[in-house]
Formats: sequence, structure tokens, C-alpha cells
Amino acid sequence: MGQSQTAADKVITIEKLTKSFGTHQVLSGFDLELSRGESIVVLGRSGSGKSVLIKCLIGLHMPDSGSVNVLGNNMLALDQAELDKVRARVGFLFQGNALYDSMTVRENLEFPMRRHMSGVTPADADKRVRETLAHVGLEDTIDMMPAELSGGMQKRIALARTLILHPEIILYDEPTTGLDPITAREISSLMNHTKQTYNTSSIIISHDMKCVEQTADNVAVLVDGRCHALAPYQELARSSDNKVRQFFD
Amino acid sequence: MSRFVFRYFSEVFRPRYEVGQFIRQCYVIGYLSLPLIGITGFIMGLVLTMQLRPSLMSYGVEAQLPVMVSLAIVREIGPVITALIFAGKISSGIGAELGSMKVTEQIDAMEVSGTNPFKYLVVTRVLATTLMLPVLTILSDAISMYGSYLGVNIKGHTSLQLYFIQVFQTLHFGDILPATIKTVFFGFAIGMIGCYKGYNSSKGTEGVGRSANAAVVVSSLLIFIIDLITVQVTDLLGLN
Ligand SMILES: Nc1ncnc2c1ncn2[C@@H]1O[C@H](COP(=O)(O)OP(=O)(O)O)[C@@H](O)[C@H]1O
Ligand SMILES: [Mg+2]
Repeated sequence: MGQSQTAADKVITIEKLTKSFGTHQVLSGFDLELSRGESIVVLGRSGSGKSVLIKCLIGLHMPDSGSVNVLGNNMLALDQAELDKVRARVGFLFQGNALYDSMTVRENLEFPMRRHMSGVTPADADKRVRETLAHVGLEDTIDMMPAELSGGMQKRIALARTLILHPEIILYDEPTTGLDPITAREISSLMNHTKQTYNTSSIIISHDMKCVEQTADNVAVLVDGRCHALAPYQELARSSDNKVRQFFD
Repeated sequence: MSRFVFRYFSEVFRPRYEVGQFIRQCYVIGYLSLPLIGITGFIMGLVLTMQLRPSLMSYGVEAQLPVMVSLAIVREIGPVITALIFAGKISSGIGAELGSMKVTEQIDAMEVSGTNPFKYLVVTRVLATTLMLPVLTILSDAISMYGSYLGVNIKGHTSLQLYFIQVFQTLHFGDILPATIKTVFFGFAIGMIGCYKGYNSSKGTEGVGRSANAAVVVSSLLIFIIDLITVQVTDLLGLN
């Protein structure tokens, strides 16, 4: 998919994005660009609007102003059918996994397939489900319910559900928050493995510095609703700016 | 709330239709409520008969017992009690289910999976409650009457056949139709309130509990308000 495009190809462009809830201004002129194959981590404190930011990228929140361009589509001007087409190419890993707890693992993975793709045969679907589960290393959970799985396993299943449509971009909302350090490191490795296997670009929200170091090509620091700094991890780690330092100390 | 109801009507007739999910909800909401509705209906008929017997006896009109009881059940007690029990079971269940789906972002996850969650979750549930409550009420009425028949037979002897002949000689269309239409509105209100409270649940597990609770309280109250309104309307239309 898309191999013909140049290296400078931007898959997401965010310009002057603002969003407020009532009188509470969450984002106030956020800018960011994501190139194909790149992983950007967005660092920010709790409640700084990180989730709001990535939800604006796939139409789960409507920005007040600014522009959002995803895979060449102006996200603010799409009708429902066009929006669904873009959403099929962008995976979203929710912070709490958001697995459907009334469905088995298999049904969870089949859900986006049945919805976004027409004419998938049961055999194809089964093959794809097993392939994706193998990628996250959990083939034998296929008939289990999400509640029977540990936190780390749920995260892997949620990632598998995100991957089932072979998205070009993945948005990770705090993928390691709430996991123990060892599991968190496994998830970070799985994210890197996913990037290589599926050729994805990603925006990762995190404040787990181990995960940031492991997964980021570039780190964006979200402060006061703006992108305060953007640089590779090592460079930021040497920064003397207090607003950046607070994440490293 | 009015926007929520408006959205329901604007989406209910528009494809794509979530038929599979609708049938599943009819099963969960309707069929799985049958035992509860059946037992309460049976006891209601039996007890009502036993309670009314002494009063009717003192007027010497004991023979009217089947007619009195079935009128009471069909016109008022059956629909209202069934709806209240249904509200307690279903409205809170829907409120809690959709509420927890909301706070755990499952509703957002559906949305990005190319599914209109309002259609998939709300429309199917409201349709199911609207359709299932009238059916459950009619079944409950029938079971109530059987309970009442047993109540009559505790101190007397009537055959089941005679009992029903007696009942249906008095009971006519004007008793049954308004009562059934009423339950359509009850069912709609119960589903709508449950979905609204759940869908707009505030963050956190506490919010889910509040949604479930508010759903039962509001829909129970609405049942009586709708009851009051329909009785006035049928009066005005001369359907009595
Ligand atoms: N749907 C909403 N309605 C009102 N306020 C919201 C909503 N979603 C988020 N917010 C507010 O926006 C701010 C940022 O939230 P969020 O993006 O979830 O933070 P985080 O950076 O921790 O992910 C918070 O103060 C939150 O209260
Ligand atoms: Mg968040």
C-alpha cells in the first residue's frame, strides 16, 4: 500500500487545531505533521488534551477551527461514507482497550471486518483473525471473553483488532498506562514489531518515558494546547527548557 | 433529550438496518423477560381475585368476580404492573450496559469500526422494547386470568371454559385496544430513557450506576404520566 509515494509524503497534517469544551480551552493552535513510516510520541500531562487531539484526527471529536488532513482527506469536510473509508485505513488503540465485553475475542476481531469490508467469506475472515492473533502472540485465546484475559493480553487483543484491517496509520492512546513495567516493555516491542510488519505510521500518546524512548522517532511535547517542542528523544532529553524537563525528571 | 428522540426517528427508517442485532435484542429483552412477567402476572391475578371476593360477596355479586378481575387486569393493572416490572429489569439493564460501553470507549470503538453506534445500540433496543412490551403484556394478562380462574376455584367451581366465556362476554375491543396502544408508549419510553441515560453517562463507574438508577426512576414515573394522558385521550375519543 502506498509504496510508490516519496519519503517526504505526509500522512497526517494538523494545522492550528483548536478545540474547547464550554469555556475550557483544551487545544489552542496545535500543529503537527506525520510522515509515512514515522512514529511520533505526543507527551503531555494528564488532562492536557492528548486524547482529545487524536480523537479529532478521526472525527470522534469535531475541532472548533484549524485543519486536519489524514491520508489526503480534509477530515472536517467529509460525509459519513467518506469518513468511514478513511477510518478503515486508520487504526485507533483506545486507552482502556474498549474491547466489546459481550463478544468473544474472535467476534471482537471480526467486528471491524464485517463492518468495513463487504464480501469477506467466513474462511477468509477466520484466516485473517488467526494471522493477526499470531502476530500479537495470542492464538489460543480466540474463543475466550475479554474479561478472562489479563491487562496485557487485553491490550494485545485490542491491538490485533486495530490491525485486522491492515491500517496505514495507528493512533495509540497511552498504550502502556496501567501495565506493569515488564508488560509495558513487551507492548512497546510489539508496537515496534507491528510498525515493521505492517508498515504503519503512528502517533503514540504516552507519558511512560521507557515506552517513549523505545518507540519514538520524534517526540512532540503538548503544553497549554500547543505543540511546545518537537525533536528526537535524545535531543529533548538534553533540553534545558523547564516545560520539557518536567517529563524527564 | 428531545434531540435524542428526534435522532431516533430520523435514523429508524434509514438504512442500514441492523436486523441481526434487532432480533438479538428482541430475544434478550422480550423472551428472557417471560419468566418474570409470567410469575408476577399469575400472582397478580390470583391475589386480586382473593382480595376482591369478600367485598363482592358482601354485595351478593360474587358471580361477577371473573368479570371484575379481568376488567381490572386488562384495562389497567396488567399494562401498568407489567411495564413497571419491565422498566425495573430492562431500563436499568440498558442504562448500565450502554453506560459502561460509553465510559470504556466501546461506543467510540464502534464508531471508528464503520458502525453507527446510535443505530446499532439505541435504535435496535428502543424498537425491541416498543414491540416486546405489548406482547409481554398480552401474555401477562392471559396468565393473570388463569391465576384469577384458580382463585375463583378455591371457593367455588367453574370450568376454565365457562370462566373464559363469562369473561369474554363482557370484555370487548374497547377494553383491549387502548390498553395495548398504551403499552406501546410505555415500551418506547422505557427503551428511550434507558438508552438516553446510558448513552449520556458521565465518566467513571459511578456515572454508570447513576445512569442505571436514573433510568428506572424516570421511566417508572413516565409510565404513570403516560397512563394518565392515555386515559384522558381515550375518554375524549369515546373509546370507553
Ligand atoms: N467529551 C468531553 N466533554 C467535556 N470535556 C471533555 C470531554 N473530553 C475531554 N474533556 C476535557 O478535555 C480535557 C482533556 O482531556 P483528555 O484529552 O482526555 O486528556 P488526556 O491528555 O489525559 O488524554 C480534560 O480537561 C477533559 O475534562
Ligand atoms: Mg487520555
